[in-house]
Amino acid sequence: MSAAEQTLAAADAVPLSLRGPAPKRVVAGYGFWLFLLSDIVIFAALFAAYAVLSGETAGGPTAAALFDKKHVLIETACLLASSVTCGFGSLAVQSGERTSTYFWMAITFILGVTFLSLEVSEFSHMLSIGAGPSRSAFLSAFFTLVGTHGLHVTIGLCWLIVMILQVATLGFQPMVSRRFFCFGLFWHALDIVWIGVFTIVYLGAHL
Amino acid sequence: MLGRLSWAAIPFDVPVVMIAAGSVGFIIFCVLVLVTVKGWWPYVWREWITSVDHKRIGVMYLILALLMLVRGFSDAMLMRSQLALAAGHAQGYLPPEHYDQIFSAHGTIMIFFVAMPFVVGLMNFVLPLQLGVRDVAFPVLNSVSFWLTAAGVLLVNVSLVVGEFARTGWLAYPPLSEVAYSPGVGVDYYLWSLQISGLGTLLSGINLLTTILKLRAPGMGYRQMPIFCWTALASNLLIVASFPILTATFAMLLLDRYCGFHFFTNDLGGNPMMYVNLIWSWGHPEVYILILPAFGVFSEVVATFSGRPLFGRRSMIMATMAICVLSFLVWLHHFFTMGAGADVNAFFGIATMIIAVPTGVKIFNWLFTLYGGRIRFTVPVYWTIGFMVTFVIGGMTGVLMAIPPADFVLHNSLFLIAHFHNVAIGGVVFGVMAGISYWFPKAFGFTLNERLGKAVFWCWFFGFYLAFMPLYVLGLMGATRRMQHYSNLHWQPLMLVALGGALLILLGIALTIVQFAVSIRDRHRNRDVTGDPWNGRTLEWSTPSPPPAWNFSNLPQVDRADAFWAMKQQPRAAQDRNVTRTYEAIPIPRNNPTGFFLAFCAVLLGFSLIWRIWWGAELGLLGAIVVCLIQAWRTDGETEVPADRVAAFERLNGLKERAV
Repeated sequence: MSAAEQTLAAADAVPLSLRGPAPKRVVAGYGFWLFLLSDIVIFAALFAAYAVLSGETAGGPTAAALFDKKHVLIETACLLASSVTCGFGSLAVQSGERTSTYFWMAITFILGVTFLSLEVSEFSHMLSIGAGPSRSAFLSAFFTLVGTHGLHVTIGLCWLIVMILQVATLGFQPMVSRRFFCFGLFWHALDIVWIGVFTIVYLGAHL
Repeated sequence: MLGRLSWAAIPFDVPVVMIAAGSVGFIIFCVLVLVTVKGWWPYVWREWITSVDHKRIGVMYLILALLMLVRGFSDAMLMRSQLALAAGHAQGYLPPEHYDQIFSAHGTIMIFFVAMPFVVGLMNFVLPLQLGVRDVAFPVLNSVSFWLTAAGVLLVNVSLVVGEFARTGWLAYPPLSEVAYSPGVGVDYYLWSLQISGLGTLLSGINLLTTILKLRAPGMGYRQMPIFCWTALASNLLIVASFPILTATFAMLLLDRYCGFHFFTNDLGGNPMMYVNLIWSWGHPEVYILILPAFGVFSEVVATFSGRPLFGRRSMIMATMAICVLSFLVWLHHFFTMGAGADVNAFFGIATMIIAVPTGVKIFNWLFTLYGGRIRFTVPVYWTIGFMVTFVIGGMTGVLMAIPPADFVLHNSLFLIAHFHNVAIGGVVFGVMAGISYWFPKAFGFTLNERLGKAVFWCWFFGFYLAFMPLYVLGLMGATRRMQHYSNLHWQPLMLVALGGALLILLGIALTIVQFAVSIRDRHRNRDVTGDPWNGRTLEWSTPSPPPAWNFSNLPQVDRADAFWAMKQQPRAAQDRNVTRTYEAIPIPRNNPTGFFLAFCAVLLGFSLIWRIWWGAELGLLGAIVVCLIQAWRTDGETEVPADRVAAFERLNGLKERAV
């Protein structure tokens, strides 16, 4: 057994909870996880409101009449694909490869923008036919739930630009890598929420 | 240009408001002049405003809470005196539209800006010290949380002078809080100040939770963790799980008010009852966010001053976590009368009664710790015993109202008011007061005056009973909450007794100020040079009072609960051998003004949104983004305390201790 292996075995003998303060990378990631959980609770409240109000159309358009399945499918594909490219980007960050980081993150950004513009086009179409959020409680809940997700994607895209600038100016410092790690968590969490939106709002409309 | 804001917003014609605001303004002006004349600004800026030290931030939370206690209590005095007068044909001196603002402000301020900062402040100060670490997980974020809370406080107080506050009660139920019925800026003040401070609370919850779960001294597993840390763990879990619900609910109400959405309106399918459900899914856990840390304080106090380990430590932890889970299963008992039906009401009634079981376990644990202990009757022990008596009464009236048929009779009566003040004052306030007198010497290096401390206790204790026992009776006689006057003259004598109780509490608050002043005057006589004035059991007492910025020169090694007590039981020689005499340089975070500037932008943003000054809102948002970006590019966030400075500090302390 080499010296390094010995210290490793000795460290394993002490349970994780007894080893003293965790390193910064772990602390930052853990704290961000907790933030994401709290964010998901916000979405849970909005989902609950949508579930309560989805039938309250007040004589206005219903979910089945409004939603275009094909449109949403393309949106979903864009967002899910962007998660994959974001994953490749995270690998590039881990190995400190600048060019490939830029490449994958640029694709992530483009997919995110595509998703967002599809969503905006859907919203503006609905507004143009008089199905805005003030039309009925159902539409209020719909615009708030889907809009909040869209707002998160927008914030994520801004964050991505900031991160690219950070890599360009600061390089792959531990601080920058930690933030990139958190960004990855954020972007994947938005996917998870979108799966909920897709299933409950869009597929649910045609039940 | 200024949205809805004009000179008409300032109530020049209401003398009560103008006098109150004028005197507060005058005091603030005097303080500012004093600080400027004495040249204290650099000190205040460096050591407090930009400090990211958890101890300083904790103390600032507590000062903020004490100030707001005075504000919230003045509202209480106004209400009690109004009700003492307004019997029969008399209308008292407060017109309904003003009285409604007062009870709304009283509830909002007492829960969000007194109880919350008290509890968060105590946790901030104590947790890293008890866990044996140097700071919280995210020190800069901690400062941001504090300053966002302060921003919310500022907005609520501005509403006193500029415009109006909500007239909707402290939870702003729709449809009353919708634009149709509350077109003014009152509800907007309420919503924006709570959104801003709520964000601060959420961030603080995430921060403290990460600290407890990821930063503990070597050897401190969950089984070795002090009991206050356990209750703080439960409390912060609840913050992270429930405050987002509050944020989402308020966001929906804001969309209704600002953008014409229909979440909670009467028309176009809106559902006001959904608001009541959502807000109480936050509101009931909130009750336990406040009380669980208070339970933690009592546990520490009882063990320390009985000179023995806490009885049934494991059952205490299990009871705490059981309450943490159950607190999410009882929200509907706040509105049994809404008409959810017998089955639903029965479920929530039984769930509510079940919570009394773990709480009862706790009461017996404290009793059995005291039983057979060598009790030192210090001020924290007074508060603890006062709490045990008072809280049991409050708990039992709570179980009584958990029975839906009984609740139908008592709902929204003064009986309910008496019940929740019984647990809020008897539990949270007593707990915080116990905590302040217990940890004060740790924070400032000298003990508080005991005689005055006991006088404060008796004022609060008897004051509470005088003020709220009559309310139980009045509630049974049919008096409802939130009434500005009443016609039944038989109620008046009890209302007068209640006013007397409030005056006694007022005396208690005044004596608290005297207690601080006297203790500061006598600080040299009451100095705590050992760092362990109470013969304590947990790690915060193993470091000097006040602790250095880095808390512990060497991280303590823990192998059991009551770690410091165990260290003290070792023979002196072994203790000396255990003390490492070599020191390393310690990294500590640098001061950071981000929190202060963010709060400034948040106030601008909130105020502009309240008054519909759109350019101001854009400016505030833009400012906040710029501040965040500057922080993102800051690479010199940490500095080091050199090893010889740590060694010098330790030598000095050793000398002081030996001199005793």
